[in-house]
Amino acid sequence: MDHTPARTLNEPQPDDERQLTRLHPNYAHALRVQTTLAAIPVLIAALVLEAISRDSALLPPGVIAGPVLLIALALIIRIPARRYSARGYQISADRLRVVRGLLFRHDTVVPFSRVQHIDVNQGPLDRLFGIATLTLHTAGNHNASVALPGLAEPLAREMRETIRAHIRRDSL
Amino acid sequence: MSEPGGTPLRTAPVSVVLGAIASIRSAIIPAIAIAFSGIGGSGRLLVAAGVGLAAAGIGTAISYTGWRRLTYTIGATDIRVESGVLSRSARSVPYERIQDVSLEAKLLPRLFGLVAVTFETGAGGGEDLALQYLTIAEGERLRQLVRERRDEEQATAASPSSSPAAAQAAAARSRAEADVGEVLFAMPPARLMIFGLFEFSLAVFAVLGGLLQYVDNVSDIDVWNVDLWRGWLEEQGSVIASLGPYAQAAGAVIGLIGLVIIGTATGVVRTLLRDWGFTLTRSARGFRRQRGLLTRTDVVMPAHRVQGIVIGTGLVRYRFGWHGLSFVSLAQDAESESHVVAPFAQLKEIAPIVSAAGFHLPGETTRWQRASTRHRTDKTIIEAGLFVLATIPVAVFAPPGLFLIPLGLAVLVVGTNLYAWEFRRHALDDRQIFATSGLLSPTSRIATRLKLHSVEIAQSPLARLRGYATVHLGLAGGSFAIHGVPLDEARAVRASVLETIAATDFSRLDQARDQVQVQAFSDAQSGFSSNFLAT
Repeated sequence: MDHTPARTLNEPQPDDERQLTRLHPNYAHALRVQTTLAAIPVLIAALVLEAISRDSALLPPGVIAGPVLLIALALIIRIPARRYSARGYQISADRLRVVRGLLFRHDTVVPFSRVQHIDVNQGPLDRLFGIATLTLHTAGNHNASVALPGLAEPLAREMRETIRAHIRRDSL
Repeated sequence: MSEPGGTPLRTAPVSVVLGAIASIRSAIIPAIAIAFSGIGGSGRLLVAAGVGLAAAGIGTAISYTGWRRLTYTIGATDIRVESGVLSRSARSVPYERIQDVSLEAKLLPRLFGLVAVTFETGAGGGEDLALQYLTIAEGERLRQLVRERRDEEQATAASPSSSPAAAQAAAARSRAEADVGEVLFAMPPARLMIFGLFEFSLAVFAVLGGLLQYVDNVSDIDVWNVDLWRGWLEEQGSVIASLGPYAQAAGAVIGLIGLVIIGTATGVVRTLLRDWGFTLTRSARGFRRQRGLLTRTDVVMPAHRVQGIVIGTGLVRYRFGWHGLSFVSLAQDAESESHVVAPFAQLKEIAPIVSAAGFHLPGETTRWQRASTRHRTDKTIIEAGLFVLATIPVAVFAPPGLFLIPLGLAVLVVGTNLYAWEFRRHALDDRQIFATSGLLSPTSRIATRLKLHSVEIAQSPLARLRGYATVHLGLAGGSFAIHGVPLDEARAVRASVLETIAATDFSRLDQARDQVQVQAFSDAQSGFSSNFLAT
């Protein structure tokens, strides 16, 4: 995926999109499985409606289930990859930058010295794929929690230890 | 009663009486309803009296049980409050976590000489420890005791090797200094009247509407019957129609004047009740605010807990130069997030309060950056476009000529947005960040960059196309967002905020302002390069 910024500037900017680190590829797979699981009830409902309308011959067969199936396939195949590539992070010596969002872009930077506490969470799907979510909690009202999903689990734990060590060192 | 040791103490017995009065008050309405409604036939007065007495009796019993089960213990290092009839809860707060003790007295407790004591812990979220009700003398004694204990703890912590007597002497000295304060801001009754004039409020009609519902219950009038209202309006309308056009106009004008008078009177009365005797004092302990006529509140906020400042104003009062100052902090005020510190003041009165809190107002040397003109254009087009879209169905369906109304509103929106661009600015100086926003009158926010917790640059799809963004700053206890900032400027703001944060040690933030020191940059840490691959 090419991420050249819309306008190139003369000085090299630390916020350059090219320097963002991608998440673990399993994040896209996990998203796909999640979308599939979420689509199943909707498909079942569409099939039920289809069966009902076929009995009463109101609409031509396939008018309900067809589009629903197409939309579900589009969501399952196309969207997870786009969501995966829309996310990125950048960890440096004293701060973490998290970028997320397809349409509405959010680019958050949290300095380590402002982190109140850190969580590493894994849902069942995440455990299956070996990824975890790192959540930083700050004291501000906005961005009270900043979540970074889709990290390889050992990496997430390592990042947590880094941040914790940074905080511990600062308060000595 | 005066033992500092661990004996549990009870709140004042008179609070049982207050609980009984409250339950009687809530028993009166059903009793009246029954008396007027016809349940029970000819003996319904007796039934009503019986119901009222039963409700009052049950309420008093519950209040008495609650009183017996509420105890507080002044321990050596903390205060414990145990309460609860069915489910017990015991809460303890150590002295050094108590910011201060605030005393609040509503009208009825004040008549009985009681006061409600709240231990402010700065935790926010309304989780402060509260005791209802103690006698005024006991409340003052408790406040004094907590302050003594806290100052002793601080003195011992500051110099652990000194003897207990020396610690107590140091604590007494610091307490004597801490209680002396200068009055930063006070509102005499004349100021309150002017304030009330600006607080136009038609809330009395809402109250009347609420009362109408009770009227429905206890009398024969059916409030929800539309024909009733229509008949009444037609009756009045026919009376008015029989007068001449001049009388009609005069009637309309008089009606409007009556409305204005009612609204102004309501505003004045509400302001007098809420802000009577408003006094803001600054002592070494912090900012102390007292206000209220029927409900008297007395709150203290330590200066270093102030995270930011909001200076707001209104459409009309801005033209006369009146502003309102609030502090943003983690502790919550009674009604709102920010503590109102000077609700109605001129800027020259606000300036000393702001500098007492450790901030400074923007001046001539502040380099203001304006919002993006593209943002202004987009916002104007979208908001005016809504009204223009509304013109189409109005032109098609409504009587001719009425389509000019939405069109006129669209023009008004365009003018307002162009004017409001004047107020959309932000600036950075050596320690602070300023931002103003607002439609017809500016709201200014000031925050110390040091006390920010995160910075986010957010862009909607339109903003991404046009090259501007919203900067969200993480402020503890409030919000701080700057809209319509050009993207380069947003990144520059973020970089400078992070630079300020990275230069200071976080653990020193909570200490008193004069003890904050600026640390050197922390050492770069080996480990992750900025491009660590995720696999």
